[in-house]
Amino acid sequence: MKATSSFLLSPVRCGLSVALLTAFLAGCSSVPLEGASVESRTPVDSNAANAGGSQSGVTGVNVNQSSLPPWGKQPRVIYFDLDSYVVKDEYLSVVEVNAKALAADRSRRLTIEGHTDERGGREYNLALGQKRAESVAKSLTVLGASANQLEAVSFGKERPAAQGSGEAAWAQNRRAELNPR
Amino acid sequence: MTSFFLRAFASLWALTFLAWAPSASAQFRVDISGVGATQLPIAVAKFRDEDKQPQPISAIVRADLERSGVFKLLPTDAVLDEGAPPNLSEWRSRSSDALVMGSVTRLADGRLDVRFKLWDVVKGADLGGQSTVVQAADARLAAHRISDYIYEKLTGDKGVFSTRIAYVSRAGKQYTLRIADADGEGGQSALNSPEPIISPAWSPDGRDVAYVSFESQKAVIYVQEVQSGKRRVVANFKGSNSAPAWSPDGQLLAATLSRDGGSQLYVMGRNGDNVRRITTSPAIDTEPTFSPDGRSLYFVSDRGGGPQVYRTPVSGGAVERVTFSGAYNISPAISPDGKSLAYISRLGGGNFRLHVQDLASGTVTALTETNDDESPSFAPNGRLIIYATREQGRDVLMTTTLDGRIKARLMSSAADVREPMWGPYGR
Repeated sequence: MKATSSFLLSPVRCGLSVALLTAFLAGCSSVPLEGASVESRTPVDSNAANAGGSQSGVTGVNVNQSSLPPWGKQPRVIYFDLDSYVVKDEYLSVVEVNAKALAADRSRRLTIEGHTDERGGREYNLALGQKRAESVAKSLTVLGASANQLEAVSFGKERPAAQGSGEAAWAQNRRAELNPR
Repeated sequence: MTSFFLRAFASLWALTFLAWAPSASAQFRVDISGVGATQLPIAVAKFRDEDKQPQPISAIVRADLERSGVFKLLPTDAVLDEGAPPNLSEWRSRSSDALVMGSVTRLADGRLDVRFKLWDVVKGADLGGQSTVVQAADARLAAHRISDYIYEKLTGDKGVFSTRIAYVSRAGKQYTLRIADADGEGGQSALNSPEPIISPAWSPDGRDVAYVSFESQKAVIYVQEVQSGKRRVVANFKGSNSAPAWSPDGQLLAATLSRDGGSQLYVMGRNGDNVRRITTSPAIDTEPTFSPDGRSLYFVSDRGGGPQVYRTPVSGGAVERVTFSGAYNISPAISPDGKSLAYISRLGGGNFRLHVQDLASGTVTALTETNDDESPSFAPNGRLIIYATREQGRDVLMTTTLDGRIKARLMSSAADVREPMWGPYGR
């Protein structure tokens, strides 16, 4: 058992995140375990998490401010598929880190700006961008941010991140930007 | 004046050139396409002494008349003063049905005395004329009023040449809300901003323009007095505030707000007071526009999947779907008589084209062959539609007749232009 304890830390951290966001489960199960032995693939109950091999030991994980990027340095862009408003799994970590920062200090405020690609009408795209921004805002509140810390707004197709036409530019423009205020 | 049209019908102009045709004035290009367009042949002579003034009065009149789609302009270099009797038999031999002549005189105080006379060449009848004294800065307006006089005398419909349009130009990172003559010329800045401006909407009395400005890093609706430049915020709720539209009596504004979650329709007083929610749907509801009787709102909703045009009573009640042809129909505009709906439809291949639907029969007509049409708006007489599109990589403004036959590109400057909205009568 001693051999397995050193690399159990990573799954344990994941286990704590899972408690915050069940959607993370799939991501955690695929975390590579260096030097994985037969034992390492044994499903780990979070109650069994310990350090030093003691049956009653507890390893504390502090989710405090210092473990997060300073406010304003959080990753801040989430990209969307065509005609989609769903925050993809790969961007849930962006939502999570921002939600934690907001939960850690209720005086913080975040504007979520929705954007679309250039195709279609200006007003309809404004509404589509709004839908993306509100989707991200909802995810942030699920993860601990308070609604009064958030404002979802839209620029529609008026402020593209990438100029030009074609899927390469469009994919960069279908996005939500998280801007601390 | 129906005799003009009877004769014009009899001669049935067979115009088949699809390419841009040179117009009376080099600053405009008027595209005439299709076969069988029926147009009244008219000659507009150069006005005496107009070359001494900065604005070419007769050239402005010629371009106005040509853009309307109703007239066939005969080329002429003649300079004819309204005071001299014209040699009508000569014009008759050139197959001209009508003749316009005039003069421009600069008065001692700098104002211009602009005069003209209109002749029925076939009957040899004097159809009247006018003498107008204007400030030099209003020379273009004087020309447009001459066009309005001619148009009304010969068609029986009111002309729209002296009306104005609002549009947004973009040069680099500078956005400008501009107010210009209906031919796109003589534009003046109403608002300059480093952030986007969209959705200008004229009040029915032509005094105010509502618009959406992103200057505070979000969509906020303002109303601005055109003459004084004074402006006020009318909707700045949490979230986005957009798509303003005036009621026909000018007392209400419809708009799209996201303050209660989602993009939904609201109606408020002209100062943003008494906000009342109109739609309650889990879908996007946006781009409201009042019916001419003020009782209904036409709007875009994706409640059925893709965006389509719907209609609902302003007083609340049932929502009725209006467009059925195509999977993506947006930006509704209703003709002043309430009978036609102009909108943008996405076709296969991702092309966005201006269409008109007859509301009684449901018949849909495509008006263009361009691929990036946006923002249609009817002229106050309902005879033309202004819209934005892209041409050779630039955003341009176009007008078209309701049958799509006569199109004119407005503006000649280098800036990209979009979001046109045709203003009301009365300047």
